[in-house]
Amino acid sequence: MSDSHQTVVIIGSGPAGLTAAIYTARAELNPLVIEGEPSSTGDQPGGQLMLTTEVENFPGFPEGILGPQLMADMKAQAEKFGATFSTRKVTKVDLTTKPFEIWIGNPDENSPTHTADAVIISTGAQSVMLEVEGEKRLLGHGLSTCATCDGFFFKDKKIAVVGGGDSAIEEATFLTKFASEVTVIHRRNELRASKIMQKRAHENPKINFLWDSEVTEIFGSNSVEAVKIRNTKTLEETELDLEGIFIAIGHKPNTSLFIDKLSIDNLGYIKTEPQSTKTNIEGVFACGDVQDHKYRQAITAAGSGCMAAIDAEHWLENRQS
Amino acid sequence: MSGAITNLSTENFESEINSANQPILVDFWAEWCGPCKMIAPILEEIADEQEGVIKIAKVDVDNAPELAQKFEIMSIPTLIVFNDGEPAKRLVGAQGKHQLLDALSEFI
Repeated sequence: MSDSHQTVVIIGSGPAGLTAAIYTARAELNPLVIEGEPSSTGDQPGGQLMLTTEVENFPGFPEGILGPQLMADMKAQAEKFGATFSTRKVTKVDLTTKPFEIWIGNPDENSPTHTADAVIISTGAQSVMLEVEGEKRLLGHGLSTCATCDGFFFKDKKIAVVGGGDSAIEEATFLTKFASEVTVIHRRNELRASKIMQKRAHENPKINFLWDSEVTEIFGSNSVEAVKIRNTKTLEETELDLEGIFIAIGHKPNTSLFIDKLSIDNLGYIKTEPQSTKTNIEGVFACGDVQDHKYRQAITAAGSGCMAAIDAEHWLENRQS
Repeated sequence: MSGAITNLSTENFESEINSANQPILVDFWAEWCGPCKMIAPILEEIADEQEGVIKIAKVDVDNAPELAQKFEIMSIPTLIVFNDGEPAKRLVGAQGKHQLLDALSEFI
């Protein structure tokens, strides 16, 4: 057994992981949260809310709260009750042994970095990219996945947001603070975004919509200059000149660590038992966006993090008796 | 004394970059950028640990939009390593300490 044996290890530190940390810490299970490493894509410590600005729908904050601030507060709350944090990324897990084995750093090391009696997985989800020509090359050069980080650099420029869900519409609305014109490019002829976000976007004179359209190529020598658009109904192709493009077409669960190790559904999400956070392996629990492709809200993630903590606590108790 | 991080402005940028007698990593950041905040403590650690080997400096793009424009910054955080006064390496996006040290290995 490694030196670093833990009762509970929580992998991931968005609202789900941090709520699980608060509850397991208060239950005196001394959780270790392996919170991930900084990145700009969605798998960073604090999770996807680290890339947002104002959160208006988290109960308890009538004036709204900044996403990074909410996450800093949740972390402080978990630390207050004794949760400890490792700012590393898990590189491998072995869930066939008891205790479970967890590696950070080199996955080929013989012995794991940590062992744990119970594991709570809350690795969340990250942005899906378009996977079209020009995208990788122009990332950071007019192509962005983080409006709050990069909007500032598009003052008085003509830009586009690709997507039709809440995050796309939120980004489009935010970007009108800087850009002269924001075109929302969406595959369908209606938005998936919530009614309030849609209303705001429709009322914003800087936002216009390109329906039934998908981006098939991004052009630009040193930075984005234009995109190729294909109409999804007529298949007609056109070009649109713009200086910036923000991608918000959706998210995919961060489950690469658990493929062939846990039951995963056909969309890539970890399967949990109904009304529970139990996975197909006893002692392994999953919460938040990594097991939820339906609600995907900070508050539902936090709620399921609480469930995972209670499920883990019960499981540990029953196992000992 | 531990390695200090210099704040660069439009006024002192040229002179600081040109007078550096070691590679200087410049972090283009802003207060409103979540990923920038994530890497700030890592840069402080690197400034401490690599004191005398590599210098760390910061440019707040809100205060120095001219510098952001000059170096064609369109995404933050962007880190540019200047060697002998010239940009030698550019890293876009937040990353962990290990990846960052790997990316800087030619300078440290």
